[in-house]
Amino acid sequence: MTYSLEKCKVLIVDDEPQMCRGIRKILDNFRVVVEDTASEVFFEADCAVAKDEFFELIERQDYGIILLDYKMPDVSGLELLEHIVSRNKNTLVIMITAYATFETAVQSTKLGAYDFLAKPFNPDELRNSLKKAVTRFMLSRKAQEFEEEKKKIRFQFISVLSHELKAPLNAIEGYLDIMQNRFDSISRDDFNLMLNRSKIRLDGMRKLIFDLLDLTRIESGEKKRNPELLDLSKIAASSIEMFSEDARKRNIKLSLNAEVPGEIIADRAEIEIIFNNLISNAIKYNKDNGFVRLKIAQHRDKIRIIAADSGIGMSFEEKARLFKEFSRIKNEKTAHILGSGLGLFTLNKIVKFYDGDIKVKSLPGKGTVFAITFAEGVLYDN
Amino acid sequence: MKILMVDDDFDYLIQQKLILETEGYEVITAENEKQARELINSEKFDLAIFDLMIDDLDSGFLLSYEVKKKDPAIPVIIVTAVKSQTGFSFESVTENEKKWIKADLILSKPVRPDQILKEIQKLTV
Ligand SMILES: Nc1ncnc2c1ncn2[C@@H]1O[C@H](COP(=O)(O)OP(=O)(O)OP(=O)(O)O)[C@@H](O)[C@H]1O
Ligand SMILES: [Mg+2]
Repeated sequence: MTYSLEKCKVLIVDDEPQMCRGIRKILDNFRVVVEDTASEVFFEADCAVAKDEFFELIERQDYGIILLDYKMPDVSGLELLEHIVSRNKNTLVIMITAYATFETAVQSTKLGAYDFLAKPFNPDELRNSLKKAVTRFMLSRKAQEFEEEKKKIRFQFISVLSHELKAPLNAIEGYLDIMQNRFDSISRDDFNLMLNRSKIRLDGMRKLIFDLLDLTRIESGEKKRNPELLDLSKIAASSIEMFSEDARKRNIKLSLNAEVPGEIIADRAEIEIIFNNLISNAIKYNKDNGFVRLKIAQHRDKIRIIAADSGIGMSFEEKARLFKEFSRIKNEKTAHILGSGLGLFTLNKIVKFYDGDIKVKSLPGKGTVFAITFAEGVLYDN
Repeated sequence: MKILMVDDDFDYLIQQKLILETEGYEVITAENEKQARELINSEKFDLAIFDLMIDDLDSGFLLSYEVKKKDPAIPVIIVTAVKSQTGFSFESVTENEKKWIKADLILSKPVRPDQILKEIQKLTV
């Protein structure tokens, strides 16, 4: 395992300069390995021997850990403790005290102190206390980073989403403007064209909203999930049925080869979403007179769904972006194919939930194969 | 008067075409760089309007270059939504950069119908 080197800033607040120096020296060559965050932490310490110095330093930067003397000559340690905690709740305070009474301990804990160190202490006691504190500090820092990352992803999603919602509105508004302002100079055909395009954009917008609902349903998870014993081949067959009209219009042959019935325990609506997305894509991104072959097979002791099509395929770079939200491949062949770009993103979430695995093979101009393998755990076991 | 109009936003393309047609212009359209190049080489037109980002980030500039190579007198307008989408602004384009950008005018999307009509008139007097 490789550890990343991290720094933890420490502030020592003690009116005795030798105390400061002593602690600092111990910290100088002390390192703590935090396994859970895969980091090796070293310390960098500042000293404050008086109230003013303390306030100056703490205004200037954030400390991970503060070693705080309970009895300062010009101010009470508790007062400083309150200030530290109100300023940055992530800072961990270790109170150093020579008169450790039960009462002071209770009071400091109430105010937010993390630990106590009774004077006099030996270097090992100090190191132990710091080790405990820094582990806690690193874990909460990691949790915070994780939260921020999540927020960022959420924000990105929403800003792309609003763009995706605005686009059809702009298009429809544009058509309405023309119909309203240039009514007398447009032909019957152009008028119909504008109406049809407006309807198409409205449908697309409605589909986007339904896809979003599917997605939130999946992400909000457990509560609404209703696992039951399912027969994959039956769901595949009804999904094929649903798309048969789309396929027929372009003379695309849909077939299902269920080598095994494919029993799994899962939520029906989610498995339907998987099949619907695979089949809808295999038809949409196909060529006229092509084929879509669906197969349900046993792969070792796992169940596998395979969807193969004779469609337009995709390049290696295009394939890499396939499962990203709102990702649609843009080229001459896909220019007039409608979609919200959420299909595979949603599918991927579902498959991941069931500990499954997705493999894609594609050749531009030849076709694409999706293979989804479910983990053993979801297999029905007699 | 004939206008070549290139944009990968199909609805926007139709709308611009219809607006210009109701004002008496003849409009030919393309949705990607390849179609646009074919039209540039095969058709005669008096003015071109290109969306900046079609297949590439600078498709509009490349097409503008093609047009000017064929006939430097044909005015070219580039429209772009980059400002609202990426924060990139053409106001910061330097004089030196303007030299290799062959377009006569750069407008940011959305362009109002009266605005584009006015600019077309100015460029074709
Ligand atoms: N079988 C396929 N063959 C070729 N390209 C495909 C195939 N499946 C997906 N793609 C490409 O991947 C992109 C993302 O697919 P996805 O299903 O997520 O979105 P979509 O079909 O565009 O929209 P929707 O959310 O309506 O399904 C598609 O836009 C298409 O370019
Ligand atoms: Mg799809």
